[in-house]
Amino acid sequence: MLELNYDSVVIGAGPAGIAAAIRAKELGLKTVLVENRDLLGGIPLQCVHPGFGLHYFREDLTGTEFIYRFFDKMEKLGVEYLLKSHVHSIELVSHNEKIVNVITPQGVMRLNTKTLIYTAGARERHIFEINVVGDRPAGIYTAGEAQTLMDIYGIIPGKEIVIIGSGDVGLIMARRFALEGAKVKAVIELMHYPGGLTRNIVQCLQDYDIPLYLGHVVTRVVGKRRVEKVVVTKVDEKLKPIKGTEFEIPCDTVVLAAGLIPNLDMLEKIGLIIDPYTRGPIVNEFLETNIPGVFVAGNALVVNDLVDYVVEQGELAAEGAYYFVENDGIPTVDWKPIVRGRNIRFIVPHYVSGKRDVVLYARVQQPEKNVIVTIPEVGWKMKQFNVRPAEMIRVKLTKRLLERASSAEKISIEVIPGE
Amino acid sequence: MMPIKVVIVGAGIVGSSIARVLSMYEDFDVTLVEKEPDVGWGSSKANTAIIHPGHEEEPDVHPLRARLCREGNILWRQWTRELSIPVKWPGELMVFFNEEEEKNAKKYIELAKLNKIPGVRVVYRNELLQMDPSINPSALGAIYAPTAGTISSFEAVIAIVENAVENGVKLLTEAEVRGVKVVDKKVKGVETTKGFIEADIVINAAGLYSDKISHMAGIDSGFVVRPRRGEYFLFDENVRVKPEKLLHTTPTPITKGVYAITTIHGNLMIGPTAEDLPMDAKDETSTSEKGLEYVWKESERLLKELPPRTKIIRTFAGLRPEPPGGHWRIEAYDDPWGFVNAAGIRSPGFTAAPAIAYYVLNLIKDKYGVSLVKKKHWNPYRSDIVRVKDKSLQEIDELIRKNPDYGEIICYCKTVSKAEVIEAIERMKKAGVKTITIDGIKFRTRAGLGMCQGSFCRWRIALLISQYTGVPLYQVVVKKDLYGVGEVKALLKS
Ligand SMILES: Cc1cc2nc3c(=O)[nH]c(=O)nc-3n(C[C@H](O)[C@H](O)[C@H](O)COP(=O)(O)OP(=O)(O)OC[C@H]3O[C@@H](n4cnc5c(N)ncnc54)[C@H](O)[C@@H]3O)c2cc1C
Ligand SMILES: Cc1cc2nc3c(=O)[nH]c(=O)nc-3n(C[C@H](O)[C@H](O)[C@H](O)COP(=O)(O)OP(=O)(O)OC[C@H]3O[C@@H](n4cnc5c(N)ncnc54)[C@H](O)[C@@H]3O)c2cc1C
Repeated sequence: MLELNYDSVVIGAGPAGIAAAIRAKELGLKTVLVENRDLLGGIPLQCVHPGFGLHYFREDLTGTEFIYRFFDKMEKLGVEYLLKSHVHSIELVSHNEKIVNVITPQGVMRLNTKTLIYTAGARERHIFEINVVGDRPAGIYTAGEAQTLMDIYGIIPGKEIVIIGSGDVGLIMARRFALEGAKVKAVIELMHYPGGLTRNIVQCLQDYDIPLYLGHVVTRVVGKRRVEKVVVTKVDEKLKPIKGTEFEIPCDTVVLAAGLIPNLDMLEKIGLIIDPYTRGPIVNEFLETNIPGVFVAGNALVVNDLVDYVVEQGELAAEGAYYFVENDGIPTVDWKPIVRGRNIRFIVPHYVSGKRDVVLYARVQQPEKNVIVTIPEVGWKMKQFNVRPAEMIRVKLTKRLLERASSAEKISIEVIPGE
Repeated sequence: MMPIKVVIVGAGIVGSSIARVLSMYEDFDVTLVEKEPDVGWGSSKANTAIIHPGHEEEPDVHPLRARLCREGNILWRQWTRELSIPVKWPGELMVFFNEEEEKNAKKYIELAKLNKIPGVRVVYRNELLQMDPSINPSALGAIYAPTAGTISSFEAVIAIVENAVENGVKLLTEAEVRGVKVVDKKVKGVETTKGFIEADIVINAAGLYSDKISHMAGIDSGFVVRPRRGEYFLFDENVRVKPEKLLHTTPTPITKGVYAITTIHGNLMIGPTAEDLPMDAKDETSTSEKGLEYVWKESERLLKELPPRTKIIRTFAGLRPEPPGGHWRIEAYDDPWGFVNAAGIRSPGFTAAPAIAYYVLNLIKDKYGVSLVKKKHWNPYRSDIVRVKDKSLQEIDELIRKNPDYGEIICYCKTVSKAEVIEAIERMKKAGVKTITIDGIKFRTRAGLGMCQGSFCRWRIALLISQYTGVPLYQVVVKKDLYGVGEVKALLKS
């Protein structure tokens, strides 16, 4: 077995991991990027639609174009990476020594490292997690699987499609199928409001006459060999299916775009603590978890809708790793918790020191119009015409601003009705 | 000596066990005929997979079940070793929560005495909660039966068929038996969707459809096999609740009791229900809201706590082949001469299968006067697929040096390598499976059985199947139907 020493091992080469590895290398850390697949790039690789990089590059790029820009940078810097390399297990030795055991086609490698940046993305929720009963035939796909089949391997999963979930992923997949000549019979959404951006509702559904059923769920899949139809039921205010409102939609394919869940099993095995609201880890302003020297960024941290934030998180985690290596651990400070106030579903990070600028990411619980997003302890306010769970709120708080809360026990973020 | 041509209808646990036992003798030339693309896709796939001790069978009502269950339990210890079938023997606890249940449960001690099942006894709360801390602390006690085990049911059928084929049995898949040919009151063969197969002896092991096959041979039109559904939840490996013993509630006249077990692959599984379906619903393996809710409630009663619903990785249902009165129909007939039933094998059919196979052998020997000459070179052994997941890092490293495909992981959740998938494909071909399905690979390698349920690996497996069989990617079969409908470019043109 090959043994190698690093300052930082980055697990997962999607945009978060690539950004982290680049930044770590720029900062002079001895770094390696470990990727399961035979390609670098993560989800954007399979995204042939635009909508990537508006913030980071101030350009509207496709996923593939977006990620290729980073490949050039990686090459110039000589970022080390391993493909087809599966992390078998992680061993914790001491606060600044970890061993990452990696299975590769060249053999097993033991990577001794001071820090770990975990950027393995999220997994998609599957049909058994969303209370669907009935048959289990061919013809059920997750959006990512369908997208991989169509845009990487050029095969079309089915002809008559029902999509579960109206987040941007579901909407984009609806258009993708329509463009290939498939008939998208419906997009079914549990909530009483759409999950995705209004722009996508118009461009992906209305332009193709695809019906959207809000406040409905797929309760049953029917089909012995292949999907033949789905049973759809209306839900009440509390999102409970209403008996007697069932109707059927004939189709041969069900595509699940019912949300993503941070992919953290490997870290849970070594004691990671999870925030039930993000289903990601609890982290400080460096994106360091409860396990010293383990940083998490991207969709493994919190499910992001914009790749730009993912890249930002990756870079921050690398800066955290650098700070950790320099100081033999993150120096002790009085961490202030950030807590959820009115109409806030989650907030990341969970702790700030007040000693440097931080970026907060939050989502609201429910859509609301004419509101003010505020952080009362620092006197920060932002008027918003519209807040929606689909759009992550990003707030940058400067060190100067945070100093105003130096005597506060905690910092809270909330959404209040505007005047 | 001209070997006797035998056709076995149905490659479930019963048919495949019979095939293995017959393959020990020079006297038989056996063809195992299965309607599905792969073996073991009937009742033998979706069940609780308990190797029962035999203390739940009433010897005066179901003498055959009582006897063959006990014998099967003993035979499985040998068969699992010879065939490298994953199994464990933690024993079972039938847990009671009130005096009425206690009274009911204690009946099984009497049955254990009658059936000569060793070690069955009562344990009360203090001991019980130490034996298995995952039990609901409000339990009064339980009946402990130390000889209960649990097995990987689909891997068992696969292993037995591989071994039977190794010893000369021919497997014919995707061949549905549509008729039994009888001339002068003698069996001559079977009509299948793949053509006529000549036979001197036809053994009916068609599970849920064994009534139909029996009728085809002109036997007892009153014999009907009713589907009785059982529904389950399966949870991720990473949950807190992991029963050490095989736990279940006490059977009542209405329900059979719900189990909570840690499967051989380390998942918590709860279920089943017991629901009689209409006679023609023999493929109704759908799940239902009502059934699943019942399982959930009963398991809440049985266990200290249930994992959160977010840890559910799968729900599924299986169908028990329920014969009239619960009586297995195992007979060799004079008329038509050469027709043998191993029909309506409901629970504990999995447990009993090896014993049923020897029982059928003896019926054939006695009824048709077969001499039974043992093969000199019969091979009792079958080795399992080499699995990265079971190996130490050092061993994995050595495997990779010999074959780099062990270093390429296809299923992340269950750590299944490319080499294992390729080995499964080769084994399927060797066994005589014509269509290499994604499900077939799943049951052999466990790829896709984890938390993501295949969304990360299904297409990778499809690519390997395509590469190793020459079938275009979209024509790879998932279960019983294609993975895709065509190529993107072709569709754009049309
Ligand atoms: C259909 C769809 C459309 C989208 N459209 C847009 C859009 O228009 N605009 C936009 O800004 N964003 C969009 N996004 C979101 C964006 O793609 C994600 O936010 C982003 O890719 C997340 O990056 P990540 O690096 O965290 O994870 P991923 O991109 O998922 O990368 C994770 C990487 O880790 C690897 N990995 C996982 N486990 C392991 C392991 N154990 N060992 C080694 N490697 C591992 C994976 O193979 C993968 O390469 C879209 C997403 C989807 C699904
Ligand atoms: C919910 C449930 C829980 C159970 N739990 C247990 C348990 O814990 N322990 C236990 O011992 N037993 C248990 N059982 C019982 C056990 O599963 C069955 O007794 C056993 O699997 C029956 O095996 P079989 O080979 O007879 O039937 P099957 O496995 O159904 O095999 C019959 C085969 O015949 C094929 N076939 C049918 N018709 C034709 C045709 N015309 N031509 C060609 N092929 C045909 C089918 O495709 C199938 O593969 C359970 C059953 C269920 C459903």
